[in-house]
Amino acid sequence: MANTAITPTRMVLNQLKGRLKTARRGHKLLKDKRDELMRQFMDVVRRNKELRTKVEQGLTAAFASQQVASAIMSPEMMEQALLYPRQSVELDLTYKNIMSVNVPRYRFQTKNNDPSEIFPYGFAQTSGELDDALEKLAQVFQDMLELAEVEKTMQLLAEEIEKTRRRVNALEYVMIPELEGNIKYISMKLEENENATKVRLLKVKEMVLQDAHHYKQ
Amino acid sequence: MGFKALGLETYPAAGAAEAGQILRSLTREHDDYAIIYIEENLAAQLSHEIDKFKDSPTPAIILIPGREGSLGLGQNALRSAVERAVGTNILGD
Repeated sequence: MANTAITPTRMVLNQLKGRLKTARRGHKLLKDKRDELMRQFMDVVRRNKELRTKVEQGLTAAFASQQVASAIMSPEMMEQALLYPRQSVELDLTYKNIMSVNVPRYRFQTKNNDPSEIFPYGFAQTSGELDDALEKLAQVFQDMLELAEVEKTMQLLAEEIEKTRRRVNALEYVMIPELEGNIKYISMKLEENENATKVRLLKVKEMVLQDAHHYKQ
Repeated sequence: MGFKALGLETYPAAGAAEAGQILRSLTREHDDYAIIYIEENLAAQLSHEIDKFKDSPTPAIILIPGREGSLGLGQNALRSAVERAVGTNILGD
């Protein structure tokens, strides 16, 4: 696919050779990056799958308990019981760099460390089922947080892999063959020129000799 | 919702339209929320809004099953991410 717009000179040839070298090195680096990203991605995907099932099961169970609680208690009582939370959560967001992809890391802190603080109500007027539901929720919440982290990481990695893959393919199937083709075209053209010059010189020499000495080879 | 008792901030939404409004107002003040959990049945109608945040590091919008149980949308997100990265579904489901 030699591009005919290029000028077949030694300077362009050298330039192209330099670009080919860079392209090859870039290709190798990007390929390594893609492979490593892929490896990390698969770990994350596996973890995500695990967590997702766990969280979905946990939440379904928690909601079921809550349903039972709301069947026993009146809606007003329920609302009143949960109206004002005693616990509050603070989320710390930091970033971790995986192969130049910034992925979030969450660390959360509860204001009250006492695990019983998730119950914002007195036990006298509420049913035990509500306690049960909240406890289940609290258990699943840890996993929910990790799920958020893992899922976001997965999405960001997927994007980066897609980009890297596209670059690798562009280099491998477009850039590098094109450069190689151009280099071949120029070197052939140069060789051709060289041959032409040689033949011309031989011819000239013959003519000059004949002129000077009436000498015939 | 019991999440309030855990110290999370909850925003009840009656329908998808309201949920969309809440989501927009929550995401406008960018760094305030790092994670937003949203029920699957609401998210199903907001996928357009949610997809916008797929490639930005914050906020993470995570689908959780609602009262009716899992709709499989959360699993879908996993599958689509794999498909995006690998080009094909290699999980075998």
